[in-house]
Amino acid sequence: MAKSKENKVISTLWSAGCGSHGGCGCEIFVQDGKVTRVEGDKNHPFNQGRLCAKGLAIPQYMYHPDRVIHPLKRVGERGEGKWQRITWNEAYDTIEKRFKDIRTKYGAESVIFCQGTGRDIGGPITFLMYAYGSPNWVQVGLAGHACYTPRLGAMFATQGHYSVLDASQMLEKRYDSPEWKPPKYIIIWAQNPAAGCHDGFFGHWIIDCMKRGSKLITIDPRSTWFTTRSEVHLQNRPGTDGAIALGMLNVIINEGIYDKQFVEKWCYGFDELKERVQEYTPEKVEKITWVPKELLIKAARLYAKNKPSAIQWGEPVDAMPAGSVVAQAINQLWAITGNIDNPGGNVIARNSHGVTTYPFSSAELTKLYGAELVKKLNEKRIGANDYPMIKNFRGWVQPDVLINQMETGKPYPVKGAWIQTSNIIGGQAADPRRHYNAMKKLDFIVCVDLFQNPTSMALADIFLPACTICEKESFRSWWQPLGVSVKAVDGVGEAKSDWEINLEMAKRLATNPIKYNTVRELIDDRLKDGNTNFEKLKAKGCWEYPPEGHNTRPYYRYEKGLLRADGKPGFETPTGKIELYSKKYEEWGLDPLPYYEEPKESPVASPDLAKKYPLILTTGRRSPVFFHSEHRMIPWLRELDPFPVVEINDKTAEKLGIGNGDWVYIENTRGRVKFKAKVTPTAHPEVVTAPHGWWLPETDGRSPNFFNTWDHNINNLTSMGNQAKSGFGGTNYRSSLCRVVKMEGGKE
Amino acid sequence: MPRNGLLIQHDWCTGCHACEVACKQEHNFSEGMVGIKVDEVVSTGPDKVYVDFMPYTTRFCDLCTDRTKLGEQPACVKHCQASCITYGTVSELAKLMEKQPLSSIFAPK
Ligand code: SF4
Ligand code: SF4
Ligand code: SF4
Repeated sequence: MAKSKENKVISTLWSAGCGSHGGCGCEIFVQDGKVTRVEGDKNHPFNQGRLCAKGLAIPQYMYHPDRVIHPLKRVGERGEGKWQRITWNEAYDTIEKRFKDIRTKYGAESVIFCQGTGRDIGGPITFLMYAYGSPNWVQVGLAGHACYTPRLGAMFATQGHYSVLDASQMLEKRYDSPEWKPPKYIIIWAQNPAAGCHDGFFGHWIIDCMKRGSKLITIDPRSTWFTTRSEVHLQNRPGTDGAIALGMLNVIINEGIYDKQFVEKWCYGFDELKERVQEYTPEKVEKITWVPKELLIKAARLYAKNKPSAIQWGEPVDAMPAGSVVAQAINQLWAITGNIDNPGGNVIARNSHGVTTYPFSSAELTKLYGAELVKKLNEKRIGANDYPMIKNFRGWVQPDVLINQMETGKPYPVKGAWIQTSNIIGGQAADPRRHYNAMKKLDFIVCVDLFQNPTSMALADIFLPACTICEKESFRSWWQPLGVSVKAVDGVGEAKSDWEINLEMAKRLATNPIKYNTVRELIDDRLKDGNTNFEKLKAKGCWEYPPEGHNTRPYYRYEKGLLRADGKPGFETPTGKIELYSKKYEEWGLDPLPYYEEPKESPVASPDLAKKYPLILTTGRRSPVFFHSEHRMIPWLRELDPFPVVEINDKTAEKLGIGNGDWVYIENTRGRVKFKAKVTPTAHPEVVTAPHGWWLPETDGRSPNFFNTWDHNINNLTSMGNQAKSGFGGTNYRSSLCRVVKMEGGKE
Repeated sequence: MPRNGLLIQHDWCTGCHACEVACKQEHNFSEGMVGIKVDEVVSTGPDKVYVDFMPYTTRFCDLCTDRTKLGEQPACVKHCQASCITYGTVSELAKLMEKQPLSSIFAPK
């Protein structure tokens, strides 16, 4: 191994390659124009030398024989799997013509711009979409928009900004920063932090905190590594997390163990909240959630009496029957205990240096693209006029409304789709067959990706090859630090970066001239907010924290006038305080106070159905070696998690005659899928859990098989149209009913 | 020459599999070959189900001699997300182990 000849490039990881929400500093080793290894960068504060399994498998991902590295056009019928290699010019010309035709005939809004959650996608996709003139930015099929947006919306309404568990990630000296303290207690609420870097949070920071003394309280229907190490484990019925939050608020308020000074000075609507939570007594909460009241009370006391303490929450919160309401109640827990923007609490998280990479909110969209454009586009944005919270908080389409509109053509038809970083029918979409049927009727569909997947095989007319993080320049300001990704090698084959592709397409499709000639110009322009540029950041090792006193740096910014646009102390809300009684929710026609809503399908809500389908199904169980529907074709990773596996309790399995490793059907009123049973006491006797995003890249990708997605995608058992009143949440990803049946000859 | 080894504090191991992929990448191992493996260990106590993970080296672990020669940490040690693997001489590791509960030393070579 002639390692001495290797060239080492320092960069920042964000997918594609590792999948992920990114942030790890890395060393990319290059030899003869090829990446030979990817390792962690010890000098990077984010990961301090470590990497997860996915990051370490990047070389195998980059040079995989199945990777698509040339533009393709479909030559047979849709789904037939007949592709022809074309040049970039032909691809661009075709797309330009077809998209312009649709715009002329039906209006730009008839093309939807569809993303998943990988890569640095939010920036480039909005850039192209607004240049073209469409308002329809969407994660197609993501029922109730149940991924972070409900939590972000609740925090935005309640406290004006977002916050996250403080594991010292906002400070460059990390755990050695003198101003930081570890949380005394960490509540892990519905997440497996060990499985990656959810929402930009390196999961093993929790372990770093534990080594520095943090104790755990875990809310999870399963027994896990974290529950094993928790002082309290609240093993709740899936879908009832809202009741737990309300019960904890009840205990903390009625026992008077909240932070009275903080509430007095910085919170609005405490009396109303106090009155509301009275009905959620620990006795009542026990009945709803299965959680013994003693444990609920213990958890509430430990959290409230030990300051600082912090909450780390996961995506299931978004998927609750009233997603943004559950998020609001959890937010209120850290608010009334004064655990906000304090060291070791839930620190306010703002995009580093005020730079926007990924425009999370309508405010950021307005900053990048102007109020007038955003307002004009909002008029036709799908679902915006039905849901004021969606209209006013963020630039997304409401996905449950979209599927109706695709089917009915009302109020206007959808004719084209630009799908970039998204495996809709094999990934996030609830009721994937319904989406397949609706989308295959569209006139023209482009997929931008790295591998063929069920969606691109089923739907694409043109396939554009995107590149991995090692092949492109990018920038990242998702919380801290501000970072850049350096191009270590040229695009494999003819692959290009999402930014390059979208800038070129935007130039061709824009109604107003685009001011950037190159992606570098665009990046440097966006980095101006941080008084820096690409080369400067690269020279510093690819990352930088904001200077002392900057409003994107902690702590206690509400006291210092660093949160509000008018520079006054307080929070960026109408009252200047944290709104326990939410004026924003009220303005949006929603209940200003939190409440509990039962899942639509549960042993409580639908007891008759439960006789036939006695088990509660919760989906989306994370694997540490995959990112959503990615990576199933990467040998180093697949070897570690080779099958779609449903976890079922040992006693339950015994009654059903199911043995460990048996193939089983999971069935409900919506369909059935095939999984391999893992029989384990870690599963609750009444709950089974399944991972999402399973398809088999080694099988036939052509119609009707589409890599076995109909057999193994758990979302075949979920449905659209259950959205909550806000339009956010209210899905059956995390709580529905099913039965599990052993397959004939199900032993393998 | 003193014998070298790995001290693994398995109580911290979260089962994230980073060590296994780090090892595979470092050696470009094909399927089925790896220097370290991690198993889930589930035990049922009187009032609780416990989930732990147990990493252990295999016959293919060469303690990353190519790396350690150059003064670098073995690939699994560097990348372990829970920072629970230490490389050193067996006697140094034994000393560390006095203070570390729930750990094991592996001397694969
Ligand atoms: S933790 Fe996230 S950013 Fe880091 S290597 Fe893994 S997936 Fe990539
Ligand atoms: S020391 Fe090197 S060879 Fe041994 S398990 Fe770790 S990475 Fe593999
Ligand atoms: S990398 Fe560390 S924490 Fe992860 S499985 Fe290996 S030993 Fe365990």
